Amino acid sequence: MSNEMIYTRFERIWHWVLAILILPLLLTGFEIHGDYTMLGFEQAVDTHILFAWALMGLLVFVIFWHLTTGEWKQYIPSSKNNLMAMLRYYGVDIFLGGGHPFHMTRKSKLNPLQRLAYLSLHVVITPVTWASGLLYLFYTSWGDWGLEGLSLTVVAMVHMAAAFAMLAFLIVHLYLAITTSEKPFGYVKAMISGYEKKE
Amino acid sequence: MFRSAHKLRSRHSLVFILFIWLFVNVISAQGAIAPAAKKISTSTADHTKFEVLQQEFAKAPDVTKACLTCHTEASKQIHKTTHWNWKITHPETGQVLGKKRVVNSFCGSITTNYARCTSCHIGYGWKDDSFDFSSEENVDCLVCHDTTDTYKKFPTAAGHPAYVDKPFPKKSKKIWKAPDLTKVAQAVGKPRRENCGVCHFYGGGGDGVKHGDLDSSMTNPPRTLDVHMGVDGLNFVCTECHSTDGHDLKGSHYTSVGKDTHGIDIPGRDDHNRASCESCHGDKPHEETVNNKINDHTNKVACQTCHIPTYAKGGVPSKTWWDWSTAGRMDGDGKHLKMKDENGYVTYVTKKGTFEWGENLVPEYAWLSGEIRYQELEERLDPNSVVPINTFKGDYNDPGARIWPFKIMRGKQPYDKGNNTLVISHLFGKDSEAYWKSFNWNRSIKAAMDAAGADYSGEYGFIETTMHWPLSHMVAPKEEALGCNECHSRNGRLSELTGFYMPGRDKSDLLDLIGWLAVLGTLGGVSLHGFGRVFFSRKRRNG
Repeated sequence: MSNEMIYTRFERIWHWVLAILILPLLLTGFEIHGDYTMLGFEQAVDTHILFAWALMGLLVFVIFWHLTTGEWKQYIPSSKNNLMAMLRYYGVDIFLGGGHPFHMTRKSKLNPLQRLAYLSLHVVITPVTWASGLLYLFYTSWGDWGLEGLSLTVVAMVHMAAAFAMLAFLIVHLYLAITTSEKPFGYVKAMISGYEKKE
Repeated sequence: MFRSAHKLRSRHSLVFILFIWLFVNVISAQGAIAPAAKKISTSTADHTKFEVLQQEFAKAPDVTKACLTCHTEASKQIHKTTHWNWKITHPETGQVLGKKRVVNSFCGSITTNYARCTSCHIGYGWKDDSFDFSSEENVDCLVCHDTTDTYKKFPTAAGHPAYVDKPFPKKSKKIWKAPDLTKVAQAVGKPRRENCGVCHFYGGGGDGVKHGDLDSSMTNPPRTLDVHMGVDGLNFVCTECHSTDGHDLKGSHYTSVGKDTHGIDIPGRDDHNRASCESCHGDKPHEETVNNKINDHTNKVACQTCHIPTYAKGGVPSKTWWDWSTAGRMDGDGKHLKMKDENGYVTYVTKKGTFEWGENLVPEYAWLSGEIRYQELEERLDPNSVVPINTFKGDYNDPGARIWPFKIMRGKQPYDKGNNTLVISHLFGKDSEAYWKSFNWNRSIKAAMDAAGADYSGEYGFIETTMHWPLSHMVAPKEEALGCNECHSRNGRLSELTGFYMPGRDKSDLLDLIGWLAVLGTLGGVSLHGFGRVFFSRKRRNG
């Protein structure tokens, strides 16, 4: 039995800070959308804007980290065969007690499904959220930016759609992260300590 | 020894009682609203010293003549104003507006009713349409410049005050006092809230009837009623904002501006009009924080919308409904009726019909960029719908428009059923054509329409109308300004304004349905997956 460092310190920090920021953003976002009342509209907007700026600040570091360390390569999709193997595992083998077809290493810590999921998070959901969110925030400046034709309805709809996608992503993410390790919360512990238990 | 000690003690207790008395007085004085501080005049002229004012004045125009001996240009200046002409040509629409022209939903029109209506004209003698608008001596200086509160225009004397004490209403015991014109003339000063209030607080026939944000409670309002005019605060008089230039006052609602875009007025970039919030507060009035959304609102929402949460809130109700169609009812003896509701508000009078009143009213909201338009006398109306007496230009896509708060006056008034136009009616007068004499609508309408040179088919009906009054007074202290959720909620204050997206209020039902189905579907999917794994692992263990 040996322990291998999978998640570096910075990676763990940004993961958890992201978690701390995204949950309140989702909560306040749905409150601003009028789905329920907790903080009240003004407090919800204050919080949403504050957390949004904090998240953007964090993402600047995260993007820099991905680019300088080459970690972005982790998201390059793997071959179709590998993907099918992963689907077969989650769809069939996991019920029958079969083993996981891939093993996490420092060099390749994402399985083929994760690669696809995080890639779509990073290149679709996140950018769409930011673009629509920033437009939403600065809608009074559209005229100065030559965007008079833009419709707030459309921007708000896109932002909402991204929020729903993020929420759905989060549900799957939590389910897989908490329950699919050898022992429950194994992956969560790994994301805290940085070490993955190896047989 | 004993006696002197006793004396000392009683002296002590006397001092103690005195101290308590003083203390209680100080406390109670602090609790009460400080009375209106009399502004000390900084004028360089003491009018009691003017020779021309040391005389008995038989008539009020004689006072004006005396004024004009020094203020040689005053009447000429007045002659150019809406206050004098009751007529204004709208710069954008070209419509001729003003009390002389418009038909309102209160007492209708001044035509044929002059002597009653012109008790609020800043002149003397406008009793019919032959009034000489070039007369200098018939300008009433005193109604605006009296500081004694004794000068009052008699209600039915075409703008003149009473020259002898006489009862009003006629045959009643209430005596309308004749002012001492010499005393009044010697005490002239700058207009105070009282001066403007004698007409503007009582428009439409009584206290608070017309405006909703202007009534007698604004004479000496506490800060909580009007943060600018509060006597325990800034103590503004009307002219602080309704600035004047050669007697021409700014801020007429006939020329309402939806958005004042040139910011704080300072010499050099001043439009000589302080009658907008922006004139003093600018267009980014709120402290900038990480959430600058409140300042962002100034492009689409008028300051008044959030800062006047309710109106008619000074203890005086405002009239909200006036139904002329029920007028004319009398009791069995042919006597006039007067009914009141449980609040003591008058709900019916024979001369005027049925009323509804309200206090602490929530404004209604509409887009306004300006360009007020009135339904003109000759203009066709749709008899199957509610007729708007006035409308404004403006919608979400109009860059000059903002959401404004309004008092909307509603009611029923006579109209020409044959021609489908509004009508005016002859209400006041001693002749039998006057509605308030004979209670015959047909004759009353014909008399007024003939006088105005307007066509009347001879057949009248009653039609429901609305009249919009933009609100700018009774601005609440900032703590009472509306919170975001008042509008940003599913059924908030702006729920009736459509055509734009507002967070918290609007959503796409389709997107939300798809979104929640996706989220719940995901939740269901992972749950099933999880249960499946538990199920199979148990089966494996047992098998």
